[in-house]
Amino acid sequence: MNYQPQSVVRTRESELATNKVLRNTYILLSMTLLFSAVTAGISMAIAVPPFMSLVSSLGALALIWLVLPRVAHSSAGIWVVFAMTGLLGFGLGPVLNMYAAIPNGAQIISTALGGTGLIFLGLSAYALTTRKNFSFMGGFLMVGFLVVLLAAIANIFLAIPALSLTISAVVILIMSGFILYDTSRIIHGGETNYILATVGLYLGIYNIFISLLHILGAVSGND
Amino acid sequence: MDMWMKIGSVLLLGLMLIFIFPRMKHAMKHSPKAEKGDWAGVLLPIGAVILFVIVLIMLVR
Repeated sequence: MNYQPQSVVRTRESELATNKVLRNTYILLSMTLLFSAVTAGISMAIAVPPFMSLVSSLGALALIWLVLPRVAHSSAGIWVVFAMTGLLGFGLGPVLNMYAAIPNGAQIISTALGGTGLIFLGLSAYALTTRKNFSFMGGFLMVGFLVVLLAAIANIFLAIPALSLTISAVVILIMSGFILYDTSRIIHGGETNYILATVGLYLGIYNIFISLLHILGAVSGND
Repeated sequence: MDMWMKIGSVLLLGLMLIFIFPRMKHAMKHSPKAEKGDWAGVLLPIGAVILFVIVLIMLVR
């Protein structure tokens, strides 16, 4: 007889913990996206050269790989996430300047930005309202991402425009899958660290934006 | 793309591959298997994303 109330209390505690992780994740995600926009704006204003995109991405990868795992469970992790997202935003500057310089560049950038926002909101709303568990997608998404990386390396040498567009389209689908997967992990208690949850969702949004920008730029005849 | 950008891009993507590979192996081993109807629940939002991207493409054309 005593078990039932205890299990109800535990379920309630677990729900509260999940809601806290979710709330903190979305707060940190909004702040890091805004910070990225600021660093991207600075990078555009001072017109940094294209190789800075690579340098910034390498710096961000080093932070994710070498620093974040050590500090993810402390408050220092928040600063690392800001540094990483700031670097990725800064690296966007040369790409955005390239699109801004073409005739309908502003429209392409704003469409990609709005489109990315709507895709993220739609997928998050779907995962949150249906409360489906997408954890079974983990292996599939990782293999898909690995194949895309291999194709992207091959296309650096092959330089086939159609393959480049296909890669961007597949990246949008895989990152959409990652957003469903990451959100469902938070809901079902698989991810209890809001710093790591933020990084996962941020990378999904970032990659969708870059890929959408590439596709829209190409179909408008300017890429 | 000039030679240094190509080298840098290969380096970046190669490092990402090294970063992803052990995580992929871990995910393959530990991910729960999909049950009946699980993939159908994925097709709906992914299909919506595809349609939405097509709409965006038509908007900028």
